[in-house]
Parts: sequence; structure tokens; C-alpha cells
Amino acid sequence: MTTDAGPAIVPDFDDQQNSGRKLAIICSKGNLDMAYPGLVLANAALGEGVETHLFFTFWGFDMITKSRMGQLKFTMLGNTATHLPQGLGGLPGMTTMATHQMRKQIAGIGIPEVPEFLDQIVASGGHLWACRMSADMMRLGLDDLYDGVEDIISAADFIEKTDGAQLLFI
Amino acid sequence: MPVTTIDGHRIHVDEEGFLTSYDEWSPELAERLAAQIGVTLTDAHWKALTFLRQDYARQGETATLRRVSTQGGIPVKELFTLFPKKPAKKMAYIAGLPKPHGCV
Repeated sequence: MTTDAGPAIVPDFDDQQNSGRKLAIICSKGNLDMAYPGLVLANAALGEGVETHLFFTFWGFDMITKSRMGQLKFTMLGNTATHLPQGLGGLPGMTTMATHQMRKQIAGIGIPEVPEFLDQIVASGGHLWACRMSADMMRLGLDDLYDGVEDIISAADFIEKTDGAQLLFI
Repeated sequence: MPVTTIDGHRIHVDEEGFLTSYDEWSPELAERLAAQIGVTLTDAHWKALTFLRQDYARQGETATLRRVSTQGGIPVKELFTLFPKKPAKKMAYIAGLPKPHGCV
């Protein structure tokens, strides 16, 4: 089982290999369950030393809008993965109940709420960008947005900034 | 499980080189492990490493970055400065623990 050791085995953290790797994530949904995949992946990429940019557009804008970011909701409507009868989701109070339940489950496994998650992503060096068109549609300015958002930019600007990046649309 | 020799200590490691035996680690060895990956340990590094070791003993798994920041009281930003690029993996390696498996 134990062979005599040759040269020391040292993990290859490969700092150089990742220099140049970039990830671009477009967050276009504002449902609680659709907010997390982008945040978790961004956080994972940053932890691996990958330059990461997030672009918040359309309903994804809720994730970075100060007045809404803490109140994202989860609805069972149109989501068969809840494995409950679809009619239930339409009953009064069901969205509130489902949202409450999901928040509890997320907190239970030590995952932060959206605003705190963004804090962690920014602290890890992640870049947050707000979509110009969405800001105009919703009549929101930089002051209305989460402080870690670097700027409100056009889609073309985002494509320019993420030249050569791997891209995820959520 | 491979055995490697670092600074005269024979230690068990996994294929990547992470220590697999909690008790084969020592503070002196940590200095050597850190040097292998280009990190020079300061008091600030030790605060993180000590938390990781103690937390592992309690939880049975390596703390994620988030846990080191919320439970260990070291801001995420500082961890990226102390252990550049891949703080969670680098901390775990120097602390003689497995790679963290948590997603966040």
C-alpha cells in the first residue's frame, strides 16, 4: 500500500492556467429559484480564480434592485418540478407559503439570501453590471441599485467586456 | 493512498497531494506546505488555518470560504488576499485537510 515516495506530491493549483479564463453570466429571471443558479455558479467560478461578470437584465433586474432584492418570490405555478397538483399553486397564499418554505430550506443549508450572496460575490472580485434597457424600462438609476453594481451598461458594452468569455444565460 | 515526503515527514496524501490523515499535520509542516505553493504564513494566515483545523475537528468536513468568513470572522476579501486565486483549496491544503465540498 505504501510505496516509497519519489518527489513531493503537491497539488497543482495551476494559477497560470486560469489566467485568461472568463465567465459571463446573464441573469434574466427574478424568481427566487432562478436567482440562485447564477449566484452559486458565479461564486464557484470566483473561488477557482476565474474572472466572472454578471449581467442583470429583464426580470433579473429584481436581483439588484434595492427595493426588491430581499423579496424575491418562488411560485409553484407552471413549475411541475414541485410534484404537486398545478391547481394548488393558484390558491390564495400559495406563493407566499412556497416562498417561505424555499427560504427556510436555503437558509437551512447555509446559503445566504440574495443581497448577502451578492456581497460575497463582490468581495470575491466578481463584477456586477446592470442592463441599460431594463433600467430605462423600469425608470431606475444607479442609486436604486445594489451598491456593488459597477455600472449600468448596454448589451453591446457587456459583450465587449466579456470578450472571449464562456457564457451562461439563465 | 500515496505517501510523500515533505521536509523529512512522511505523509499520506490523495492523488492531488492533499493530506489525508488529520494527525500527520503540524504547524511546522504547514510552513513547508505553504512554501510549496508560494504562500508565506503570517498571523493573519494562521487565524484562518487555526479556524479550519478546529472547525474540521468539530464538523468532520472542511469549511467553505463562506463558513470561514461567517463563523471564523475573516472577511472573504481578506481570504482572497491571503491565499490568492483559490483561497478555499489553498487554505485546506496548508491546513492538512481535504478539499472543501460545499457549494457555497
